[in-house]
Amino acid sequence: MTELTTPPRTRAATPEDPATAKPAAPRPGTPSRARRALAFWLGRPGLLLSAALLALVLLAALFPALLTSRDPLAGIPGERLLPPGADHPFGTDQLGRDLYARVVHGSALTLRATGLAVAVGLVAGSLVGLLAGYLGGRADDALMRLADVLLAVPGLLLSLALVTALGFGTVEVAVAVGVTSVAMFARIMRTEVQRVARTPYVEAARAAGVRWYTVLLRHVLPNAAAPVLVYAAVDFGAVVLQVSSLSFLGYGARPPQPEWGALVASGRDYLAPAWWLTTLPGLTIAATVLAANRIARALDGEARETP
Amino acid sequence: MKRRLPRTLAQALFVLWAAYTVSFAVLYLLPGDPVTIMAAGGGDASSVSPEQIAELRARYGLDRPVPEQYATALWNAVRGDLGTSVHGGQPVTRLIADALPATLQLAGATLLLALPLGGAVALLGTYTRRRWLRQLLLSLPAAGVSAPTFWVGLLLVQLVSFRWGLLPAFGNDGWSSLVLPSVTLALPAAGLVAQVFAKSLRTALAEPYIDTARAKGAGRARVHLRHAARNALAPPLTVAGVLTGGVLAGSVVVETVFARTGVGRLTATAVTTQDIPVVQGLVVLGACVYVTTHLVVDLLHPLLDPRIAATERPAVTT
Repeated sequence: MTELTTPPRTRAATPEDPATAKPAAPRPGTPSRARRALAFWLGRPGLLLSAALLALVLLAALFPALLTSRDPLAGIPGERLLPPGADHPFGTDQLGRDLYARVVHGSALTLRATGLAVAVGLVAGSLVGLLAGYLGGRADDALMRLADVLLAVPGLLLSLALVTALGFGTVEVAVAVGVTSVAMFARIMRTEVQRVARTPYVEAARAAGVRWYTVLLRHVLPNAAAPVLVYAAVDFGAVVLQVSSLSFLGYGARPPQPEWGALVASGRDYLAPAWWLTTLPGLTIAATVLAANRIARALDGEARETP
Repeated sequence: MKRRLPRTLAQALFVLWAAYTVSFAVLYLLPGDPVTIMAAGGGDASSVSPEQIAELRARYGLDRPVPEQYATALWNAVRGDLGTSVHGGQPVTRLIADALPATLQLAGATLLLALPLGGAVALLGTYTRRRWLRQLLLSLPAAGVSAPTFWVGLLLVQLVSFRWGLLPAFGNDGWSSLVLPSVTLALPAAGLVAQVFAKSLRTALAEPYIDTARAKGAGRARVHLRHAARNALAPPLTVAGVLTGGVLAGSVVVETVFARTGVGRLTATAVTTQDIPVVQGLVVLGACVYVTTHLVVDLLHPLLDPRIAATERPAVTT
């Protein structure tokens, strides 16, 4: 309960912060910066682990061959439903395919869909928020009411409706999930744009006769982008969950293709004899989301959040 | 509240209308002909003959201009007719009404589990002085929010039903089959409640009136429960309103995992067979749930926080 009596700290723990620089670096120089960064990471083993895990998942998505030499689609008939062991770290499935290889190769599909979904939400939402916040008046009202309606329908239900209209597939699922986060991005962007638009430098730019779209793109957007980008990190974990939920339900990747949610779904038929088929891909999803959320929390302001 | 009620109701009606319109636009106006989609039923579109398509088009009135279609559909919806299912031919409202009780049971059980659990974790996590317990309790919610529901459900089935043989794994007969699905849905919900409550508790504990209460000699528990918790209740209440919609959406996954009947299962089937009228009806249902819970939360807020009621009271009459 000690921290309640101390005055509220404001991001005291970030390495760039000049407040922590004084005790840590008695004399100015470059090594102190590295040491501070080291201290920051060592003081947060969970964050370090999360970053390492996400890096590993990213590596698996970009260069799966580095992590496994097995083919995710080729099954060996004699090795059906083997439990995890030295030869197959995650075991094998009902067709004798190596589950570890399938999870490694599946990360590409899952991450691509997640990236696309976050990009859809980020770009469309920022655009809506930028216009609403900067134009104000009627346009603001109309756009924000639309955002309210998007928020009124539960996310998964909305993306299911979109998937019905768009059809099934990884890209369709990604777009559908992306649309559900447009409203939040728009709200955040709008608030920030309204703040920035009142600042003297924007007023100065307008007074100098700069055209409105140039003001918007050169002066307002770069200064209002930070909260939206942080929210993109916050959204990442939730989007991984939504994308894998939709592919678990069978609207995403087609069966032979390995995708995390689809892997769990196909393991469902072997729940009793082969626990690893659902447990291990699911654990991969949970760990990835946990890691992504931990990093997002760090970006969102470490000192205020940690107990 | 009396003064605000008409405006809140008008807003609620607007949200319902807009949700209906947006879902109409999404489902009927997007590229991809709804009739071909519906006739193919999630299968191969080329297997449908042109005569069948023309017949369907006439039956659903899709050969008429779009504004007319929309006006007819909206007028029917206002009178409580959301159209008929493409596959079974039953009215959509009938289908939803049949599926609703099972899902309401599930949602009720979920909220009954999630709210006390989330509240307890947050209260204890901010109250305890043991560092390890504090860190453990406050990191649990993040894990609850991060685990995919379908995976948690399957893990529970594996352990509780198959290995220990304690509870039925599938179906919905009786209370025993309700336990595992509602626990599955309650874990992420409790995680969210705990995260929000813990955060607002920390904010409340940093307020000056907490120092005042301590200075007057109130015990730690009293300060925590009477002074901090009471003032920290508003954010978790708002989240609990959002959660109800989330439970409805989560039932899609959970009812599939546990092979239960209900609204979630109906949604999954309707999406798989691309049964557009049913999907639209379910979107409207989602908006209804959202609007209703928001009304309830709006009504509860002044009870929790008298300051809200005080600002609403017209100053002249008092």
